[in-house]
Amino acid sequence: MAEFLLPKLGADMSRGRLVEWVKKPGERIARGEVIAVIETDKANVEVEAFESGTLEKVLVEPGDEWLPVGTPLAVIGAAGAEAPAPSAGEKPARKPEAAVPAAAKPAPEAPRVPAVPPPKPKPPSKAPPPHAPAVPAPRAAEGTRLPASPVARRRAAELGVDLATLRGTGPDGRIVLADVESVAGAAVAKRPAGRPAPAAPLTAAEKAQEKRARMREAIAAAMARSKREIPHYYLGTTIDLTRAMAWLASYNAERPVTERMLYGVLLLKAVAAALREYPELNGFWTEGRAQLADSVHLGVAISLRGGGLVAPALHDADKLALPELMRRLQDLVTRARASSLRSSEMTDATVTVTSLGERGVEAVYGVIYPPQLALVGFGKVVTRPWVADGEVAPREVVTATLSADHRASDGHRGALFLDAVDRLLQEPEKL
Amino acid sequence: MSLERPPPHRAALEREHAHELLRQMLLIRRFEERTEELYAAGKIRGFLHLYIGEEAIAVGAMQSLAEEDAIVATYREHGHALARGVPAGAVMAEMYGKANGCSRGRGGSMHMFDGSRRFYGGHAIVAGGIPFAVGLALADKMQGRRHVTACFFGEGAMAEGEFHESMNLAALWRLPVLFLCENNLYAISTPLAAQESEPELHLKAHAYRVPSEAVDGMDVYAVETAVARAAAAVRRGDGPYFLELRTYRFRGHSMGDPQRYRAKEEIAEWEKRGPIVQFVDRLRRDGLLDDATLAAIERDVADEVAWSVEEAEGGPWEPVEDLEKDVYTPADG
Amino acid sequence: MAKLTYREAVRAAMREAMAADPRVFLMGEDVGRHGGAFAVSMGLLEEFGPERIRDTPLMESTFVGAGIGAAVGGMRPIVEVMTINFSLLALDQIVNTAAALRHMSGGQFSVPLVVRMASGGGRGLAAQHSHSLEGWFAHVPGIKVATPATVADAKGLLLAALADPDPVLVFEHATLYPLEGEDADDTPMALGRAAVRRAGEDVTLVAYGASVHKALAAAAALAAEEISAEVLDLRTLRPLDVEAIVSSVARTHRAVVVDEMWRTGSFAGEVAATIMEQAFDELDAPVARVASAEVPMPYAKPLEDAALPSAEQIAAAARALF
Repeated sequence: MAEFLLPKLGADMSRGRLVEWVKKPGERIARGEVIAVIETDKANVEVEAFESGTLEKVLVEPGDEWLPVGTPLAVIGAAGAEAPAPSAGEKPARKPEAAVPAAAKPAPEAPRVPAVPPPKPKPPSKAPPPHAPAVPAPRAAEGTRLPASPVARRRAAELGVDLATLRGTGPDGRIVLADVESVAGAAVAKRPAGRPAPAAPLTAAEKAQEKRARMREAIAAAMARSKREIPHYYLGTTIDLTRAMAWLASYNAERPVTERMLYGVLLLKAVAAALREYPELNGFWTEGRAQLADSVHLGVAISLRGGGLVAPALHDADKLALPELMRRLQDLVTRARASSLRSSEMTDATVTVTSLGERGVEAVYGVIYPPQLALVGFGKVVTRPWVADGEVAPREVVTATLSADHRASDGHRGALFLDAVDRLLQEPEKL
Repeated sequence: MSLERPPPHRAALEREHAHELLRQMLLIRRFEERTEELYAAGKIRGFLHLYIGEEAIAVGAMQSLAEEDAIVATYREHGHALARGVPAGAVMAEMYGKANGCSRGRGGSMHMFDGSRRFYGGHAIVAGGIPFAVGLALADKMQGRRHVTACFFGEGAMAEGEFHESMNLAALWRLPVLFLCENNLYAISTPLAAQESEPELHLKAHAYRVPSEAVDGMDVYAVETAVARAAAAVRRGDGPYFLELRTYRFRGHSMGDPQRYRAKEEIAEWEKRGPIVQFVDRLRRDGLLDDATLAAIERDVADEVAWSVEEAEGGPWEPVEDLEKDVYTPADG
Repeated sequence: MAKLTYREAVRAAMREAMAADPRVFLMGEDVGRHGGAFAVSMGLLEEFGPERIRDTPLMESTFVGAGIGAAVGGMRPIVEVMTINFSLLALDQIVNTAAALRHMSGGQFSVPLVVRMASGGGRGLAAQHSHSLEGWFAHVPGIKVATPATVADAKGLLLAALADPDPVLVFEHATLYPLEGEDADDTPMALGRAAVRRAGEDVTLVAYGASVHKALAAAAALAAEEISAEVLDLRTLRPLDVEAIVSSVARTHRAVVVDEMWRTGSFAGEVAATIMEQAFDELDAPVARVASAEVPMPYAKPLEDAALPSAEQIAAAARALF
């Protein structure tokens, strides 16, 4: 007994229609004889029997119904069908019993043809996206999504900055990375080059914590890390600025107000030039060793109106002429306060310079901004009695301090650096 | 397949040789009949192009080629693979898509390969294998090897540009290519008269100054003899040779071909002079075959086919994790 | 390091390979007597003889197919297809045989074939000799695609292709043949490694082939505006150095992808999609593309110039990201 199954008659056939039974129940069938006519998507095909025997029963009547390949159509009984004598005719006349494996009578399993998968239910059009953003997207009044770049969103989530509080400076007001980082300010450390590991999904606790996190926390983290990891040493010296201030006065006297220079620019240039002589103070501590920087990008500490501070980079400060340095500094301060710093400015500084002179402080002993190697501080310029050429005279002086990473440099080199700053400031016209 | 064997017309007198030819043709026939069933049952997927009716060509040709010679075939190549000696189990397992198939289940019915037998496929772009064969022959010639590359293709391929380009290049560079056209009169449904302005296909070789013959592809001895003669010329370094082997396919182009393009009477007429029935009659006439021997050969063949199905059924699937394997050569090899 | 032209570098690689390995030979249209349509193989016929420098009839499909067969038969053929547009006549052999053979034989046969061809526009050759279709080939698994932009790469990547066991297509941008530069050193090059041709901070300009030079010009212009652009030369399109692309974008947060293919379906689209998939959270702006205009290459110079990517377009695309 064998079932006669709806055969697969072509690569793309998954179904067929029974058009006609050529054989009737009770009739003898020889292997190779046409037993039925099947309609495929292409044509009507006469189907031959693979078994000799008797058509015992038809299971399906001809009709319009499409049947999947493998559907049992009839039962063919052995009915004592005799194997004819061996012959080598073109139609095989003999079916050796041993050659009828179980495989020839497959269970009516699902057809192997790649059936068309059932259409996936469409998600409701208003359904939320499958992955909610790590930080709920801030929404403007009418519920529209705030335009922000992917990296700005990611960094805002990392720093706990609420995007809704930012004003985007990118094209069409898009919030970009610099907008986030300028608010986060000093918290932003130089990231190592290369792709950072993707952030792990946030747990609920972390999300709650993140909401509390604000710039203060970011600063706290950076400064705590600095004090925890960096063995600071501190040096200070008082520098006679009389010549420099006199030179500056004459320089400014010849120029309109808009082109006048601040004395701070002289200090910055002197620091940058001195760093070229003492490169072990310029760079980063990463992966257990000092990576000295090829360029001098001065991070200039700028306090923000709302509190906190940023230290964006003045790129290649050692190579810039004084007027250009002045222009860049002004631009940087303006943009820092307008929250429109560039990402490279936020991440590139190789050393930081801070001055609290305007606030009346005479000496600054700063905390290094990791992973940098040093921080240079200036107090306010004051007039002091000073011994020069054996005589006491009033001179304008400033106290310069160095906070440096003892892993990367020693006090001796630090002292020479401060001495170089002093020396350079004695010849302001050469700066 | 040794070259020292006596010439085919004398071999024809040898009972043993005759029985071997018959056994191979019957193996291909019974093997493919079995694949029809397995296809209908969904065990074999994709296209299935049967060689039934054309067995004399593969069997006769392989007899006259040496082990060192290269074979390039088409997508209707089960017969060529079996006649070349690729084990039936490896061919059937390939059709099942199993990892013990001769192409590890990556090729299927249309892409049988066996490097150990210089069996180079299994090419399913019509005429696409012909330039490849020319290249194999070029490599042999440049490396001083006196091998023949036998390239099988259907008459449909002769309408393709690559056929003509390849004939031209092989002739120009005197490359050792044996062009074997299996003319079964239909390119899927299109009859020869609707394909070719010159239906005497062997004449086309003259345009390239390539020697050619038309051969009765239903007569296994005729094929064997003609291929032996042609291969000898190619091996001598005379350049390419072209044989038109006239035959007929008894089944549709592929499974499910309703064959509206030809009459049943035409098929029946050809079946009467099919390669196996013709050969059996001749052997009986010559007293080289009796019923008991034929029955024994049929049993032998049935056992081999049954074994091939067992191999295929029992063979492993290649793990899906290895999906992207064998796209590029691994660094170590 | 000695100076030589891109053309001489390709020739030097072929000469070096043929001297070192008797299996290496060159075939193609006019490669022997004529010295190659772009004079790349000038002198090789005299040096190596007609057995190894083979002038073929005009039959791209068949001589590429014969190259495949010869590679499988133990040779190391270099097949020169005169221009990329003509390679379409051999597309069947490249895609259906060269790329597929190893896989469809279950790993039995590798195809150590190198196919070289001139590609690209800018030479007034109009609509049938000027296109960039490298991405079509890079679409196909089983082949590798190299697009040397420098003189050193013209030599080094061709030698790498010849050392590779699988089929490698080398696209030589025809405007680069006269380019002068430094020779490659003796270090073997690897396929699948991009190179930073100019380091930068603010935006990554991804390019290959002749576009690399346009991207460098754009980067120089941007530097004057204080936009620091990094220029990444892909060097090979398949395998694609995804890591180099992602790591650059992770630093700059912005990317402009330059491609001489037509914009629709260009390889630049593949690069942009890769950035989107693998570096989305690094992006500070949408990935921009600069590609050829959607027109068969026109003959007239002002039109052809307008159809091809330019340094100005690249710079403008970068600027628009800030």
